[in-house]
Amino acid sequence: MQNVSSNSAPPLAIAAKSLTKSYAGVRALRSGSLELLPGEVHALIGENGAGKSTLTKIITGAIHPDSGELEIFGQRITENDPNRSRSLGVAAIYQQPTIFPHLTVAENICMPLEREKSGITVDWRSRKQRAKELIQSIGANIDPDRLAGTLSMAEQQVVEIAKAIGAKARILLMDEPTALLSERETEKLFALVRRLRAEGVAIIYISHRLEEILTLADRITVLRDGETIACCNACDVDRAKLIELMVGRSIESVFPKRSVVPGEVAIEVRGLNNPEVGLHDISFSVRKGEIFGLVGLVGSGRTELARTLFGITPVHTPIILYGREVTIGSPAEAIANGLGYLPEDRRQHGVILDMSIASNITLASLNEVAKRGLLDSAREQSVAEGYRTSLRIKAPATDTVAGALSGGNQQKVALARWLAIKPGIMILDEPTQGVDVGSKSEIHELIVEFAERGMAVILISSELPEVLGMSDRIGVFHNGTIVATLSWEEATQQKVMSLAFGHEVEA
Amino acid sequence: MKAYARELAVAATILLVLALLAATTHGFFTVDNLSDLFLANVPVLIVSLGMTLIILTGQIDISVGSVFAVCSIVTGVAARAGLPVLVAMLIASVVGALLGSFNGALVAWMRMPSIVVTLASMVAIRDGLRWQTQGAWVGDLPGSFQRFGLSQAIYTVLMLVIAALLVVVFTVGLRYFRGGRNIFATGSNEAAARILGIDTNRVLFSVFAITGLLTGFSAALNAVRFNQIPSNSGIGLELKTIAAVAVGGATITGGSGTIAGTVLGVVLLGIIGPALTFLGVSAYWERAIQGLIILAAVSVNVLSHYRRRQVSHA
Repeated sequence: MQNVSSNSAPPLAIAAKSLTKSYAGVRALRSGSLELLPGEVHALIGENGAGKSTLTKIITGAIHPDSGELEIFGQRITENDPNRSRSLGVAAIYQQPTIFPHLTVAENICMPLEREKSGITVDWRSRKQRAKELIQSIGANIDPDRLAGTLSMAEQQVVEIAKAIGAKARILLMDEPTALLSERETEKLFALVRRLRAEGVAIIYISHRLEEILTLADRITVLRDGETIACCNACDVDRAKLIELMVGRSIESVFPKRSVVPGEVAIEVRGLNNPEVGLHDISFSVRKGEIFGLVGLVGSGRTELARTLFGITPVHTPIILYGREVTIGSPAEAIANGLGYLPEDRRQHGVILDMSIASNITLASLNEVAKRGLLDSAREQSVAEGYRTSLRIKAPATDTVAGALSGGNQQKVALARWLAIKPGIMILDEPTQGVDVGSKSEIHELIVEFAERGMAVILISSELPEVLGMSDRIGVFHNGTIVATLSWEEATQQKVMSLAFGHEVEA
Repeated sequence: MKAYARELAVAATILLVLALLAATTHGFFTVDNLSDLFLANVPVLIVSLGMTLIILTGQIDISVGSVFAVCSIVTGVAARAGLPVLVAMLIASVVGALLGSFNGALVAWMRMPSIVVTLASMVAIRDGLRWQTQGAWVGDLPGSFQRFGLSQAIYTVLMLVIAALLVVVFTVGLRYFRGGRNIFATGSNEAAARILGIDTNRVLFSVFAITGLLTGFSAALNAVRFNQIPSNSGIGLELKTIAAVAVGGATITGGSGTIAGTVLGVVLLGIIGPALTFLGVSAYWERAIQGLIILAAVSVNVLSHYRRRQVSHA
């Protein structure tokens, strides 16, 4: 198909070389490279946090790289921004379509295309006509007058693609486009993707579903720890090889060792279902002094389980705490039953940035620092001071506002708060996400300390080495349930990843 | 010191205005003038305390003026019916608390936006009252009604004591009660507060109920100043109180602010109007200048907030 003329090679759609990006001292991308040809489907794979989204955000101009080179259709890009990349033909389609639900399909498709046009009037007839043509050009059939909010997820994807085609996109970036689609819808989407490829569109396809990638993609680029480590032809590799490429790293940090003497069962869950958040048939137990790791892909149900246990998305089925059946209907009840929960998103659910360190630490345990209902400032300061020293929170004083601290220290403040309620069972959701290396190993030591003091710890993490290095036992999530529980001796990165991707493991 | 920068800045502005008045005019610093000014601003001060709580949770209440009008009339009607003045005040406070609770329940449990809820109650209550009273004032009040039968001087001192007490109670309450912490936590990050086991719905409901109570109470305190009660009192009270809270340094999106700041905001906005009159500036400028002060105060908030964000991202 390529017209190989006197020019030595066709220009690459994208040539990215050694791109780097750090957030607050954390390296999200160390060396991201990608070569994208026109008319190919190029899959981008890697574990959670491998740098896929950082790399794609650089391509769409949402963020600026710290260093490295980026060329789009042979044009060297130094100052990229979303408008610039769009004008070069880059369009992105995300897992959750970004449509306006109260507007019609025609409006959704045409509005962004009309931005360059002059004039202030809207030509409804031609708008509708245009939308219809675009939808037909990709072989779909959706009434342009329908409200976009009434479309199915798959139809919304089609609208997004029509929008991209209308904008004359020549590079299409698809991030987990099938995550919310049924099998039949997925088939249709693939037909559409192949059709676009035949028309010369270059497609970057991000997915966790390896089968999909192997059937659809021409080439595959693998990212690991922020680095591009391989680019291979899809026909030369298989699933096992891909998994090996994604995880095959040495465990970099040394995890603290400890001698575990697990005590009685602290928490036991039998056949828990929470259909509202997609959880089913979940059973596990954690003993005192044990660290139970939970791994799985993002959206497989790990965080949903934590939120269900903690009463944020409550269920009426009881769980068993220290041999006693309890039903937890709200976070307050969870706290009263000795549960602590360090949530995943620090900024959204964790520390209260406007408050001082001391107020943040005592917020869940105000009774401890109150006398007859009145807060005792001196006591509060001394409690906070105690945690500042023991957790090595780097801050000038305990009345410093939490928002002024680094991510790692904010996380320690959040941890201190939960320690202050003296929980018997602690759920930690991504405790080291976005935290610098130094704080990370300190947090690891703290988690070990919790367990040694007899706490039952449930550790959720997307970082496999972290979970494997820290946990006594590991539960693997796939599609809303724990598909396997492994002891730390059995758990290898390959095995865990295969299970997380939904494959059976031979005994 | 840096923590109180805002309060100090407002206090300095107040001193500047006062110094200007002392240097150039006569008659401002008389007992009569100052006590009139104080009495006229007692309702603003008391309602602002409640408004501070509401704004700390990230909400707003623009119905306080209408609630104030209703409670003023209720005080008068109850007193005219022969009830003792203190009982009349109690009834007015309860009515205020009920109206506030109504707003609060809709905001907290129905999750309706407070600006819409209180806009609706502002209009409904004010026009309901107008229809009920047909614009008539309440007169024929018993002799013991006006100033509780006290002399002007003693009444003024009593108001000073009540205002001071309330300010102290709210300052201490916000700082040293669990409820106070819960208000800050709810306004700063409601999702996080819930995970901490704080019943944020109850917090939201409470701040509206408390503000209603304060509005009713201050309406009764104010009603006894005269021997007749107008049916259209409290117009613009919502603006004055929200402005005072904003000038006092509270962020309108919730989570930060102090009672001290609000008190200073009430003082600054309270003296600026009369000060202009004394300085010979046309009264027509009063509102424009108040508006500029509010704009300046909010700009400072936004800028300092922006700077802090920059620091924490570095």
